Amino acid sequence: MGLGLGVMRTIEFLLLIIAILSAPVLSDLILSKVERRIDLTSQIARIASTIKAENDGSSSVSEILLSIPEVQAKNLAYLTAKLVEGKGKAKTSGVALAVEPANPKGMPPALSFYTMILPKPLANGDSVTLDVLAAFTHSLRPFPEKITQADIQLVVFQDTAHYLSPYPVKVQSLTLKLPDARIESYTKLENTKGLGSEIKYGPYENLPPFSYSPVAIHFEANQAFAVARELVREIEISHWGNVQVTEHYDIVHGGAMSKGEFSRLDYQSKPQIRGASAFKHLVAKLPPRAHSIYYRDAIGNISTSHVRGDSKKTEILIEPRYPLFGGWKTAFTIGYGLPLQDFVFESEGKRFLNFSFGSPMHDLVTDSITLKVVLPEGSKYLSVSTPFVVQQEEEIKMSHLDIFGRPVVVLKKANVVPEHNQFFQVYYQFNALAMLMEPFMLITGIFFLFVTCIIYVHVDLSISKSSASYLAKLQWDDVRATVQQIQNTVNQCLSTHEKLEASLRDLSRTGDVQACKAARKATDGLLKELSKELKPLISFLQSSPPAAHILPKVEELVAKERELQERLMAKHSTIVDSYEKKLGGRETENRVASVQQKIVALRQDIEDLMEYIDEI
Amino acid sequence: MASPESAVNGPTMTAGAASKSLRNAFGGVIAFIILVLIGVLAFSIRLFSVIKYESVIHEFDPYFNYRVTQFLSKNGIYDFWNWFDDRTWYPLGRVIGGTVYPGLTLTAGTIWKVVNSLNIPLSVETVCVFTAPIFSAFASWAAYLLTKEVKGPGAGLTAAALLAMVPSYISRSVAGSYDNEAVAIFALVFTFYLYIKTLNTGSLFYATLNALAYFYMVCSWGGYTFIINLIPMHVLLCIVTGRYSSRLYIAYAPLVVLGTLLASLVPVVGFNAVLTSEHFASFLVFIIIHVVALAYYIKGILSPKMFKVAVTLVVSVGLAVCCAVIAILIAVVASSPTKGWSGRSLTLLDPTYASKYIPIIASVSEHQPPTWPSYFMDINVLAFLVPAGIIACFMPLTDSSSFVILYIVTSVYFSGVMVRLMLVLAPAACILSGIALSEAFNVLTRSIKFQLPGIAGNPSIASEENGSSTVVAPNDIPKTEEAAKEKPAKKNRKKEKENVEKKPTPSKTEKRLLVLPLEASVIAVLLLVLLGAFYVVHCVWAAAEAYSAPSIVLTSHSNDGGLHVFDDFREAYSWLSHNTDVDDKVASWWDYGYQTTAMANRTVLVDNNTWNNTHIATVGTAMSSPEKQAWEIFHSLDVKYVLVVFGGVVGYPSDDINKFLWMVRIGGGVFPHIKEPDYLRDGQYRIDAQATPTMLNCLMYKLSYFRFVETDGKGFDRVRRTEIGKKHFKLTHFEEVFTTHHWMVRIYKLKPQRNRIRGKTKKSKSSRSVSSKRDVRGKRNPWH
Repeated sequence: MGLGLGVMRTIEFLLLIIAILSAPVLSDLILSKVERRIDLTSQIARIASTIKAENDGSSSVSEILLSIPEVQAKNLAYLTAKLVEGKGKAKTSGVALAVEPANPKGMPPALSFYTMILPKPLANGDSVTLDVLAAFTHSLRPFPEKITQADIQLVVFQDTAHYLSPYPVKVQSLTLKLPDARIESYTKLENTKGLGSEIKYGPYENLPPFSYSPVAIHFEANQAFAVARELVREIEISHWGNVQVTEHYDIVHGGAMSKGEFSRLDYQSKPQIRGASAFKHLVAKLPPRAHSIYYRDAIGNISTSHVRGDSKKTEILIEPRYPLFGGWKTAFTIGYGLPLQDFVFESEGKRFLNFSFGSPMHDLVTDSITLKVVLPEGSKYLSVSTPFVVQQEEEIKMSHLDIFGRPVVVLKKANVVPEHNQFFQVYYQFNALAMLMEPFMLITGIFFLFVTCIIYVHVDLSISKSSASYLAKLQWDDVRATVQQIQNTVNQCLSTHEKLEASLRDLSRTGDVQACKAARKATDGLLKELSKELKPLISFLQSSPPAAHILPKVEELVAKERELQERLMAKHSTIVDSYEKKLGGRETENRVASVQQKIVALRQDIEDLMEYIDEI
Repeated sequence: MASPESAVNGPTMTAGAASKSLRNAFGGVIAFIILVLIGVLAFSIRLFSVIKYESVIHEFDPYFNYRVTQFLSKNGIYDFWNWFDDRTWYPLGRVIGGTVYPGLTLTAGTIWKVVNSLNIPLSVETVCVFTAPIFSAFASWAAYLLTKEVKGPGAGLTAAALLAMVPSYISRSVAGSYDNEAVAIFALVFTFYLYIKTLNTGSLFYATLNALAYFYMVCSWGGYTFIINLIPMHVLLCIVTGRYSSRLYIAYAPLVVLGTLLASLVPVVGFNAVLTSEHFASFLVFIIIHVVALAYYIKGILSPKMFKVAVTLVVSVGLAVCCAVIAILIAVVASSPTKGWSGRSLTLLDPTYASKYIPIIASVSEHQPPTWPSYFMDINVLAFLVPAGIIACFMPLTDSSSFVILYIVTSVYFSGVMVRLMLVLAPAACILSGIALSEAFNVLTRSIKFQLPGIAGNPSIASEENGSSTVVAPNDIPKTEEAAKEKPAKKNRKKEKENVEKKPTPSKTEKRLLVLPLEASVIAVLLLVLLGAFYVVHCVWAAAEAYSAPSIVLTSHSNDGGLHVFDDFREAYSWLSHNTDVDDKVASWWDYGYQTTAMANRTVLVDNNTWNNTHIATVGTAMSSPEKQAWEIFHSLDVKYVLVVFGGVVGYPSDDINKFLWMVRIGGGVFPHIKEPDYLRDGQYRIDAQATPTMLNCLMYKLSYFRFVETDGKGFDRVRRTEIGKKHFKLTHFEEVFTTHHWMVRIYKLKPQRNRIRGKTKKSKSSRSVSSKRDVRGKRNPWH
């Protein structure tokens, strides 16, 4: 199997080699030592190279070229170079070098070039040591491409045993680290050693530029091949104290395609064998103090997730609705809130968000990421600083009760690996007062609602001011007002009566007959006045037709009230009389009794009538 | 000497009069606050499903409504009206715009639009989930209005509070239960309110509103026929009992004319509004009310003698004309096979109809007649209060109270036929119970009020405390007697006097008759409060435990108290939606059609809108055929995947094996080669060793139990509580492509057609057993 593949791939590389060999030799730089370690334990191929370069020529060299075959270059996700300082054990990787794509002339077309610009030019005879890390996605090709549920997943990785470089290389070696000792096959060259899960090529010495020796390793890889075809991360800043992150994933198992049946029975009884190539869960490492975490998809909450948190991180283990076999897809959304003060800072009058770029998922390859930073409404002067090149746009998002919308910084990048989880910054200016705009708007809105209600109640909205029903309504309003007045007057009368009674009580206490008489006179006058007031009101009621049905009641009320007046007067005079005549209490009572009876009955009637009229 | 007495009475009177308007205002404010609280209660009691589970659409039909709403919000109203859905009823498709009651969808769509235009980013799903609770609050308010028109605000508030939490209504309107009924009950009650309001006021304004409310009801639910039959019945009742008035005419005539015109604007109703028998009653009564109106008018302008002559003349001519018209009508109606009635309506009139002729209607669980416990479960204590309410409505009998009586009587009948119409009974039961409770409290509190010594001296305070009492009757005689007994020291003189004075008040004697003994009334009040408390406890329990499960997610409590979630349905739908081609066709029993289209976005053959019996019968036939025939049927319908629901592993009882009898019955109803007795042993569907060979070889059995025996070695089915009959078998025409975590949903793919190799076909044929060969000949694929 591996052999057949090797043949096929070798032809491809032969073409490449032919192209390479025809290229001119470059400059005077010599790579005195190249050590390459390829880590294939995950789905991302990470190639770490330590390169020692020596200037053998006369002129000083300020940049070093890296070459990568184009077949690999399109999978290149991440490339950095660091200067190594010190010697031996005290080696420390220091300054990161700028790595830029280059297009030097006269080079073979099947290679992509990158230049590393040295901080200071390399003089004749000087040497420099570099650490170069490159990460490639989708470079482990499943072979066979389709497997059944029971099969293990085998992949092929291809590279060159000789370091492909435009410079001559003196000494070099290559180490491949595989996830497992089970290796199907690998290209055997001179100096090849297989040690458990490690394969070593080299050392090789004194090879010319562009020397190339293809190797293919066919090995078992059952780790998760989780690929996010698309990831949209939305980071929404609220200056009320929250940074809300929402991540929409579109995940596919990027390994060998599954063919044939899927048997849950097999999967459940022997998950390690009959489902080795599937992955069941993903682990996301969220920042500490993440709260309100949710995990759902288009059709609702997904209940299979676990959150563990400590002061350093919050770890969330999420299981998709079903285990993912090769080629199976799923989509879901996770969201969480973070405390504002951990991520948004202020400096020199500007605020900035400091947030990590990539997905928090462990070992996830993201084909295309869209990062949206939603700033609060009213933010101005946006600027972005990222550690690597991204595509950048701006848009507006309308959200909760916005008027102008919130400015959104959109960052896009293809082919993202966990190495890209570096912090980027979005700078903006924001006035804290703008925070109060929405509450203020709500307050105003509700205020105006009430104002409208008040206006509606108090303003006459009738269209026709002359229609019969409108006039009838007006009249009826008048009638009601009049009735109200009558009631008030009657109430006044009643309170006047009260005064009369009070004077009687005073009489029994003080025995001041004169004062009592005076009180009677005063109340008499008052009552007369009141009854005078009543007259026009009653006549108005009599004249207005809509009052017809309550008129009798009102008239009855007035009549009763008058009667009550008379009775009270009678009672009053009787008591005063008997007091003057110094009659005994018992006798007075007897004389008053019948009147008193009437009075109480009348009072009751009046109260009933008032109530009745009230209800109209 | 008499002064102390007047000192008591005087200020009371003035204060009483002055505080009266204040008290009324207070009453209004309190009633308003109570109504708002009732609304909050109605809304929040329905949120258990969101709190206990999640904010998700429930069950089956709501998924369809949700999908339609999504379409509406995405494509706009014009596309919605013209929507031809090709993802369901493949290959027939379905004209959604013309076959759906659009009220609910349009309501939620409008809410969504308004909310989003205010820049409040709510998703369509959220709006759909919370539409039902919102409309429950509206329904309670409508119940308040209706009962207030019938028996005053006190009864109204009670009825509204009862309706806010009646379990029957909760069952259809918990958050997430996005179904027509949620909106329709509000529309129903509100239409009735406007009818009563028009009847009480005789205002054309309300009559027009009534027609509009009726229009909304027609938009929302097929149950509108209940309105258009109940109101004519009531009108007829009023006419017959001599209660005809111009108000009745205004309440009815505009409703019929405007309502019918508006109803025919709804595509799903269209000309049915004048053609089908469901609407005949309204037109008949429409004619009658005009005749009666004319008679009253003529009676008014003619002398009694002339009137008599006219009557004889008109009656003789009219009878002849009527006979002719009725004869024509009967002839027209009788010419149609269902007598012009739809199947469901006929089921209502003749409860045995569906089980005899339309198994598809009978197969729906909510079309079964309810059991007695379900009455207790769904309306609880209301069932006992309703008779009291009916009695209260008879004294005095008014136009509006007779309507309520008619409403309860008819709805009790309908709920007895179909369990789902319990929903129509619930508002009526609430209204009558509200009346009963409020009347009872009225009598009891009044009895207490007049006998309590503390309040006796001050009637105005007493009446203030009982704001809802309609009769404020300060009856002083028992009051003073009480005072005399219990407070002998207090104002002896006054008491004596009052005894003398108050005797000549005969007008109060009637009211005094209603006064019950103090102890009895206190106990009765306590009992009633207890009854109410029991009702509340039951309702909260029902809302929290019985009716909140969304049915797509199941939970169970493990022994250690942990919660185990069975999310298999969504697992399967999610798998379908992400791992099959967009245009693949999925065959399943019709129950899962709506969910598959909404959640998995795959084309289905049949769904819960059971409009084409033949198509459903085809799927039923396939499910009950042997593998090869089933494969042929499915293949001829372009089906790529077959989905079955199987509960045998976890004991989920409503799975496809338990529904299998309907597949056989419906399939056999159209394709006679499927014979039910073939599947029955001793009159039962069995899957154990006793099962018939036909049963053990049918597709449903095979797809359900494929490799099931390997789970526990015996093949013990936890739903049927038995070991399965045929344990080891292989599938020849289908392959398993997905089974969910708890095996509840199993998805199979049709194997591609085998290449035809000469000579090999013969061999494979001969290798088949003789019996299955005969089967092949006997049960041909109906599509070939």
